[in-house]
Amino acid sequence: MLTEDMRNIVNNAREAGWILEPAAKRLLSLAGLMVPDFTLAASAQEAVAAANKIGYPVVVKVVSAKILHKSEAGGVVVGVQSDSQLSNIYEKLSALDGFAGLLVEEMLPGIELIVGAKVDFQFGPVILLGIGGTGVEIYQDTAIRMAPLSEKDVPAMIAGLKGAELLSGFRGAEPVSVPALTRLMLAFSALALDLENDIESIDLNPVKCSGARCVVADARIMLKGDDDV
Amino acid sequence: MDYRPLLNPQTIAVIGVSLTNDRHPANVIYNKIHLRYPVKVYPVNPKGGRLQRDRVYEDISRIPGKIDLAVVVARAEFVPDILQSCIQNGVGGATVISGGFAEIGRQDLQDKLVEIARAADFPFIGPNCLGIYAPNRFDTFFLPGERLVRPEAGSVAMVSQSGGVLVDQMVKFAEQGVGLSLAVSIGNKALIRELDLLEYLAADDDTRVITFYVEGFARNEGRRFVQLADRVSKPIIVLKAGKTAAGRRAVSSHTASLAGDYRVFSEVMAQHGIVEARDEYELVSFCEALSCYQTAIAGRVGIISVSGGHGALVSDVCTAHGLTLANLSEQTRRRIRGNLSPSVRPIASLANPIDLTGSALDEDFVAAASGLSSSPEVDAVILLLLPYSPGISMDLGARLSYVLRREGKPLVAYVPHQEKYRMLIEGFELNNVPVSDSIEGAVLMVEAIRRCKKC
Repeated sequence: MLTEDMRNIVNNAREAGWILEPAAKRLLSLAGLMVPDFTLAASAQEAVAAANKIGYPVVVKVVSAKILHKSEAGGVVVGVQSDSQLSNIYEKLSALDGFAGLLVEEMLPGIELIVGAKVDFQFGPVILLGIGGTGVEIYQDTAIRMAPLSEKDVPAMIAGLKGAELLSGFRGAEPVSVPALTRLMLAFSALALDLENDIESIDLNPVKCSGARCVVADARIMLKGDDDV
Repeated sequence: MDYRPLLNPQTIAVIGVSLTNDRHPANVIYNKIHLRYPVKVYPVNPKGGRLQRDRVYEDISRIPGKIDLAVVVARAEFVPDILQSCIQNGVGGATVISGGFAEIGRQDLQDKLVEIARAADFPFIGPNCLGIYAPNRFDTFFLPGERLVRPEAGSVAMVSQSGGVLVDQMVKFAEQGVGLSLAVSIGNKALIRELDLLEYLAADDDTRVITFYVEGFARNEGRRFVQLADRVSKPIIVLKAGKTAAGRRAVSSHTASLAGDYRVFSEVMAQHGIVEARDEYELVSFCEALSCYQTAIAGRVGIISVSGGHGALVSDVCTAHGLTLANLSEQTRRRIRGNLSPSVRPIASLANPIDLTGSALDEDFVAAASGLSSSPEVDAVILLLLPYSPGISMDLGARLSYVLRREGKPLVAYVPHQEKYRMLIEGFELNNVPVSDSIEGAVLMVEAIRRCKKC
């Protein structure tokens, strides 16, 4: 069930039609998913302070209601190393359309997955797991299940991916924690069912998954438009 | 709702027969039921009169005795009143063949039928459909019997949104020796839909395999369909049309773009143990295989052939369909070789695929099939039979089916479907060994058994 806080996040985003990243992550965190440490900075000074608290390197991302695909707009920089570099980036990104602050986040280890939800016309909420990152639509390597997921669905979904080997310790890399991914997917499946009447789709992309944990590095929640109801 | 009178009627009224036009759909239906099926049928037309020396009833109320099924072939605007009259006269159910409803924009007229039927708990199929085909019992197809290719009675039920697809599929069933328990064309599926028939067929003793041709489900209906399927113990096979629906609106998220309508359909079916056939040929092979075998298997196949070329071809097809060739143990090979006939023993190749050569006799096939069936490294046996060489008798099908029954492992055969080999083929099929007329078809049958989660 959605708590009042969660319900408020959804309601406040109705006009925009989608939930911006900081709010989306708050909602996910309330639903029991792991999100990275982040600060929403309103000035270069705030950004630098946040980065020093988190520790370099950091990831920074533009927050703007006008920018749905942040990477395409040049609004994401990963691996920021220093105060001066961060200040320069702040100047540049603050010029982007609809700029409403800069997210400063810890750099997460692990491989990039996409975890998604969609309210399907025939089947209701369905959950997607795939190889993530900016190339998702090129690889199109995904598995889909109708929600609610059961615990055994998650390993089966992983096994159904062409890139399954990437998760199991490819070329000496650390294998992804299947229990951590399962916890995230089950919490997400429950959230998708709770939001069935509110959302059109959700992208958690990427979810960074390592041997220790799976963390939602970016999230976009598309709300249902009036014409969909 | 009780569907039994509708789907298993003893008495039928055909409403809308013509007194002047023998080729009217209602007359075709009346004639075939009257002349060929073990049910009592009555023609109805408000004008009354006589049809080939039989009385035409002015109204359903005039018919003596209770009517189980009314077949309605009247103009769309008359159908609501006809349904009312059926209900008032205690008819068990109706098949509305007539078109002229939602498919031409008269949703209102169709909604009226549903409203009338729901209020009285009255089941009807259609409108705009061919209705029901139950081999040897009755059918409501307005296609003359001599034009239909009629499958035998059997254990496969098929529900189709499209009547045309159903009739075409029946031709393929008949060609491949797949028997039908019931076929229903549900047309506009105004009241009775896939879900209702799934529930009925799940409990129907004559049906062992349930298949659907689906164009699309209503909102959330797919969810209810798979949830019901979870509770059904019989294999369910689905063929979906509209896999490449064009004109989808632009989507704003990766998930919406990656999880298109058909991808979701296909993966959710698999998640719930429903076997999806990619095309009509797969559908026939799957039906044939699952009506014969419902044993869960892994995918290790043993192959028997009389030609190295066929062995190589079938190996490729197996691999393409996710099946693997079993590694035969030394013990298995020794046992098979020991039972081969003296002329074949030195020349047969017993690496899987087994090549018995063109000199093979019936007993060599029996030896190879027994050896593979009883070997723990084999899950299913594919037999490629080229009946051209003189050592093969017409009794081989029946003989091999005994081997199969003893060992309980699925055996499927490829035999060229030529009229002169009919007896050989029937020897297999009548003894529950499915036969395909193509190598790919034989492999598809094994694939179906492997994919059947309910087996």
